[in-house]
Amino acid sequence: MSNYLSITQKETEEMFDAIGISKCADLYADIPLSIKNKPPFNIEKGKSHQQVMDEMAAYAEENTVFKTIMRGAGAYDHYIPSVVKYLSSRSEFLTAYTPYQAELSQGILQSIFEFQTMICSLTGMEVANASVYDGSSAAAEAAFMCVEKDRRVILVPSNVKPQVVQTINTYLRRRNITVKVLGEEEGFVKNGKVDIAALERALNDETACVYFEQPNYFGLIEDAEHICEAVHSKGCKVIMGCNPMTLALLKSPGECGADIAVGDAQPFGLNIAFGGPYLGFMATHTDKETMRRMPGRIVGETKDDKGRRCFVLTLQGREQHIRREKALSNICSNQAHCALVASMYLAAMGKQGLRDVALSCTSLAHYAAQEFTKKGKTTLKFNGEYFHEFVTVSPLKATKIVEKCAKMGILAGLPIGKNEILWCFTEKVRKEDIDRVAALFN
Amino acid sequence: MKLIFERSREGLRCATIRPLEVSPYEFEKSYVRKDLDLPEVAEVDLARHYTELSHNAFGVDSGFYPLGSCTMKYNPKLNEEIAALPGFAKVHPLQEPSTVQGNMHLMYDLAVSLMELTGMDGMTLQPCAGAHGEFTGLLLIAAYLEARDGKKCKRNKVLVPDTAHGTNPASAVMAGFEVINVKSNAEKGVDLDDLRAKVGPDTAALMLTNPTTLGLFEKNILEIEKIVHDAGGLLYYDGANLNAIMGVVRPGDMGFDVVHLNLHKTFSTPHGGGGPGSGPVGCKQQLVEFLPDPSIIADKKGRFHFVRPKHSIGKVSTFYGNFSVMVKALAYIKTLGRDGLKESAEHAVLNANYMKARLQDIYTAETNRLCMHEFVIDLQKLKNETGVSAKDVAKAMIDRGMHPPTMYFPHIPGVIDEALMIEPTETENKQTLDEAIAVLRELHDMAYSDPQYLKDAPHNMPISRPDEVLAARQPIVKYKA
Repeated sequence: MSNYLSITQKETEEMFDAIGISKCADLYADIPLSIKNKPPFNIEKGKSHQQVMDEMAAYAEENTVFKTIMRGAGAYDHYIPSVVKYLSSRSEFLTAYTPYQAELSQGILQSIFEFQTMICSLTGMEVANASVYDGSSAAAEAAFMCVEKDRRVILVPSNVKPQVVQTINTYLRRRNITVKVLGEEEGFVKNGKVDIAALERALNDETACVYFEQPNYFGLIEDAEHICEAVHSKGCKVIMGCNPMTLALLKSPGECGADIAVGDAQPFGLNIAFGGPYLGFMATHTDKETMRRMPGRIVGETKDDKGRRCFVLTLQGREQHIRREKALSNICSNQAHCALVASMYLAAMGKQGLRDVALSCTSLAHYAAQEFTKKGKTTLKFNGEYFHEFVTVSPLKATKIVEKCAKMGILAGLPIGKNEILWCFTEKVRKEDIDRVAALFN
Repeated sequence: MKLIFERSREGLRCATIRPLEVSPYEFEKSYVRKDLDLPEVAEVDLARHYTELSHNAFGVDSGFYPLGSCTMKYNPKLNEEIAALPGFAKVHPLQEPSTVQGNMHLMYDLAVSLMELTGMDGMTLQPCAGAHGEFTGLLLIAAYLEARDGKKCKRNKVLVPDTAHGTNPASAVMAGFEVINVKSNAEKGVDLDDLRAKVGPDTAALMLTNPTTLGLFEKNILEIEKIVHDAGGLLYYDGANLNAIMGVVRPGDMGFDVVHLNLHKTFSTPHGGGGPGSGPVGCKQQLVEFLPDPSIIADKKGRFHFVRPKHSIGKVSTFYGNFSVMVKALAYIKTLGRDGLKESAEHAVLNANYMKARLQDIYTAETNRLCMHEFVIDLQKLKNETGVSAKDVAKAMIDRGMHPPTMYFPHIPGVIDEALMIEPTETENKQTLDEAIAVLRELHDMAYSDPQYLKDAPHNMPISRPDEVLAARQPIVKYKA
């Protein structure tokens, strides 16, 4: 009963006359009769806006919204400033297409240029793209960037997010590329972290690159500088997958010596939203070869014919709409609006605010770890330094702890073993909630 | 316009968080970064900055947006409000399934609706954009063919018409196939003789957009289907142009085996300046067991479960895809319903034909046939006679408060070199179309009377044409103070 058309019956008839038809069905004369208007078309009749709101809200009400979330593992529940929500929902941003027409898209182009600059700043890199789908596809695209004719092996430690490995596998499997996942059995991962000596042994002249995460899946901070050094000594490249929130405090991929920095910038102002839309970012150095292998949109500064500063989509010779089958990626639509939200978030938090958030996350996590393990019954699985995620081992069953927390309105950490839980703390978590969960352990 | 970095002044703060409730944790120096350069602005600076940027952006809400192939229809506000409900926005993707039954139910219902609309037997919502869907769909085809034909499967070629979207050949290569281009016939449909010559035991699939990128329904679709299937290949449907035929004819009934859709085109979710989109992929029964991990199934008690399809190609994105986009698309489908969806398709086609009918006496339309939801005008004659190109006309439209059509696509060198592809969409009213028609007619006259004016367009924007060569030769891709 509802639609979004804006036309009267009289106007429709005038248009029929101009075209020389008498009804809409005449427009479809080219479609073979045998396949046209085939039932069943098992979709309900249209509903009023009010009914649709009710029906959709009913789905939402079937979900549990936890007041407190102590789970991360790839999706991070941070405070989102109101100013970000309001400004980013302006319809000029929301309802625009990709800014192919620079003259009427300077606002969008500039926002992407600002996003690229902020990502470069955080990662310590020289060039960032306008975004890819998420952290997993960013890792997969970056791995492909590193592949050379006779270097076709990608090494991945088993302590990265499982979804990322799975996505890299899906992306590269049919391109004559081998993805080797090495773990504890191979001695590649020890006490939750990449073992540098084992890494050195695993590298050879067929290795294209190593992908590792900082912090890794278990929340541990890897010895990134030594990893980069070891990998480079064998002529291979390093891709560092980062939770960008940690970069407010921790050494940047650039400082550590990584060749490509990737990750998911969802923590920057994007709702956890049941997994998407999120925001894959990619940044690297500006040597010509690397930059020209980077997928996705890149915005560059230039001048108009009156010499005024302006912005355009640039280096489009890399992309599918120009290169077709010779393009290095097929990416077209990306996560532009998410990138806008992330840059608004970074501007709103600012230099000091972002540090405050990161400090709050890591301080609450360290407090929680201390409280959870106070009585010695529950311990941390790994003894390495961590940021805001860590793994506990407890005599209590993980699922039991999740249940008990749920009763308190708290989403506990993610069970990753029968007695193991991967916890995450953000600035949204209150001390009193940590104390309540600690009471379960002690 | 100032950059946000140029508005920054040391020490200013905007958003703030709760003071620390525990003692601050200090990392050892070796972990800590040197410096972090981010803007420092007050909230009012931030609000002014982004409002200024928004004034220099152009969305569907700003005006006519006939960007061919992109389906820039109106994006309903209701759907935005629904997607922002805490039950959707504030739910963690790794919550226990018993606590997210609503979201799983919603995804299940959306998948079923999309299967109905496309005539498919299975559907994944995981791909995040159309191109991502193409890649996923081709991986499905590869996995299916390998299972069907065994290890000896030599079907390594994907056929792509020369008028196809650039993503088609690029996706085929990403999925490990070799691309074979198929020529167009006089009506820019698939040249059947060329197709017959090129299909064979090495054919994995033909990728096709129908309506074609020329905005015409591929009349020979049933013949094409027979040629490809008889050769043992599959038929892939690029859903970029589904808006013309949704509710009228289903890709599954045309013989397609795999379909990708663009929720950000056909199902009215906003493009956001280049994403996020959503590119669900549907398939016929024999391919269902290869769909990405996870799929959602319903049990007899009406509970929903994540399952890994038996021979899944794996994951293509981190979680389940762009969930918020799915929410908006389902709200749209519920609002329009089966009749409204069909009516939208009809009006999309009506609007395109109306514009074409009122322009084709002066602009060379690519066909005299009725078009579907979009049509291509070829400005070669105008360029030969006046020097004014498709780009010049497009830029002059900007001055009149309209977004230009898609330029230089499709591009077949020597055949179509000066294309403008116009897709008005169904949500534009007759007054808007009449104004656009008047503008295009006026610009055509002006090409003869004052060509330089068009070559210098736009005149009324904050910038004139940017130097793209300079941008590519000396890339400046981040701000330096």
